[in-house]
Amino acid sequence: MAHDTIIAALKAKFAELVTTEFRDNFRVVVAPARLFDVLQSLKDEHGFNMLFELTAADYLKYPKATDRFGVVYGLLNMATGVRIFVKTWLNEPDLTLPSAFPLWKGADWLEREVYDMYGILFDGHPDLRRILMPEAFTSFPLRKDYPLRGRGERHNFAVITRAES
Amino acid sequence: MPLEALPTLPEGPEKDYLWTLNFGPQHPATHTTLRLILTLDGETVVTAVPDIGFLHSGFEKLGEDLDFNQYVTIVDRMNYISPIMNEIAWHHTVEKLMGIELTPRCKYIRTILGELARISDHLLCAGAQALDLGAFTAFLYGFQQREVIYDIYETISGQRFHPSYTRVGGLLFDVTDQFIRKVRNFVKEFPKTHADMCRLLNRNRIFLERTQGIGVLSKELAIDLSCTGPLARSSGVVRDLRKDEPYLAYPDFQTAFKVVCAAEGDCYARYIVRMEEMIESLKIIDAAIENLPAGAVNVDVESKAVFPAQTSVYRSIESMIQHFELVMPNRQWTPPVDEVYGAIESPNGELGFYIVSDGTGVAYRARTRPPSYIHFAVFPYLIEGHQISDVVAVLGSLNIIAAELDR
Repeated sequence: MAHDTIIAALKAKFAELVTTEFRDNFRVVVAPARLFDVLQSLKDEHGFNMLFELTAADYLKYPKATDRFGVVYGLLNMATGVRIFVKTWLNEPDLTLPSAFPLWKGADWLEREVYDMYGILFDGHPDLRRILMPEAFTSFPLRKDYPLRGRGERHNFAVITRAES
Repeated sequence: MPLEALPTLPEGPEKDYLWTLNFGPQHPATHTTLRLILTLDGETVVTAVPDIGFLHSGFEKLGEDLDFNQYVTIVDRMNYISPIMNEIAWHHTVEKLMGIELTPRCKYIRTILGELARISDHLLCAGAQALDLGAFTAFLYGFQQREVIYDIYETISGQRFHPSYTRVGGLLFDVTDQFIRKVRNFVKEFPKTHADMCRLLNRNRIFLERTQGIGVLSKELAIDLSCTGPLARSSGVVRDLRKDEPYLAYPDFQTAFKVVCAAEGDCYARYIVRMEEMIESLKIIDAAIENLPAGAVNVDVESKAVFPAQTSVYRSIESMIQHFELVMPNRQWTPPVDEVYGAIESPNGELGFYIVSDGTGVAYRARTRPPSYIHFAVFPYLIEGHQISDVVAVLGSLNIIAAELDR
């Protein structure tokens, strides 16, 4: 399999890598400090020229989870059609990752969405602002400690009294 | 959007003719709620900054609250131009997570419905692209055939617009003979409408001048910006998940259809790719409806993934228990505690779901990879340097669906 040679080559270069596999998803788990090097190595040496997915999940209430946030990068080699997922774990208070924008321009809006929904910062992103939520929104709605409904949605709308209306 | 996020206008006496135009969110040519902040030099667009989120309704948060079968009604409302494609993508990923292998009949029916959805999506996109440029008739011709496709959805599910037809491990109901008759009739009638649209637009001088050479996307940029689907294929990227990672019944139709590509990467190439893809889709529908396998549409009841038939629920205790177990929120399915990404080729591009499962019947995290979101990020690259009247031409060719864009 093409995955095996890529993962073997990665492991030779980055000794601390952990790899997992489920169905046809091959994952490489890496520490945030080495994330950019691994992504760059995958792009430059293994031809993963498309970042087709970048997302995160909050593992606050996940069974047996030890870390808070997981950020997942989905990479695709357009020449061979091989997909690989790179995953990294983040914990509060240091929610900063290096931006993948220098490697793939497609990371722009994907990183903005992860910031918007989870509050994870991407160091080196050219324009990291909220994208889906209003600019004045103070919380990060996809975090598991944010309720499904009923908090903060209308905090910046002043109550209009009958006399003012 | 805060003022400081806007691009700063160049200072100086020779640059003070630059001006800012708010395009949308209520402009008719944006179709839904898209907003663009354009910096213009006369009529030439210098910079374009999209501002999105007007239609954000927390679909992904709802996905963490509704179970695998309930959430299908929400994904329906993402790309509402081809709703059944979202359902197929969602349950494709759920079934991949649980390791369910569908029955051949279910695979074929889903393939037919998916291809019908592709035709209806492309009809609207090609029609609306022409409508924005002033050609109304082609749009109406397209809509008349979309009505026929809606009628087919209504036949199978009772709902025209949001059928919510797929279920974990199968479908809501089996199809009837009436469905097969209607699909056969559509396969027979549709080429006429397609030819009419082609005759109206393909060599229409106004349409050509408004679309050729406008909004050119190079192959390298398309890959760098994560583009998929017709947008990437019209820039010379040869990739179609139906061929490259065949799912559902597509392994059986590898010789029945071709992947349509173009090299130019302009608005006209995107229009032509969509028009030709409809004909390829029609070939798949024709092959699938004539070879529709017999048998059940749901997987075996013993797999504990599907609801038993209503009659057996009323007559046997085992079936009643199974029905009860799937309905009760604390029982339901027990997928593996892991995470999986599954994608299909939707009319707009690669539509994927990333499900993190904690072993219950509700996804712990239900991430959508929305093609509209990724393609709208491309828009500033395409429009800069063109005229303001080209904004609608490029926007129409990208097929941005705001409900999927903002979720």
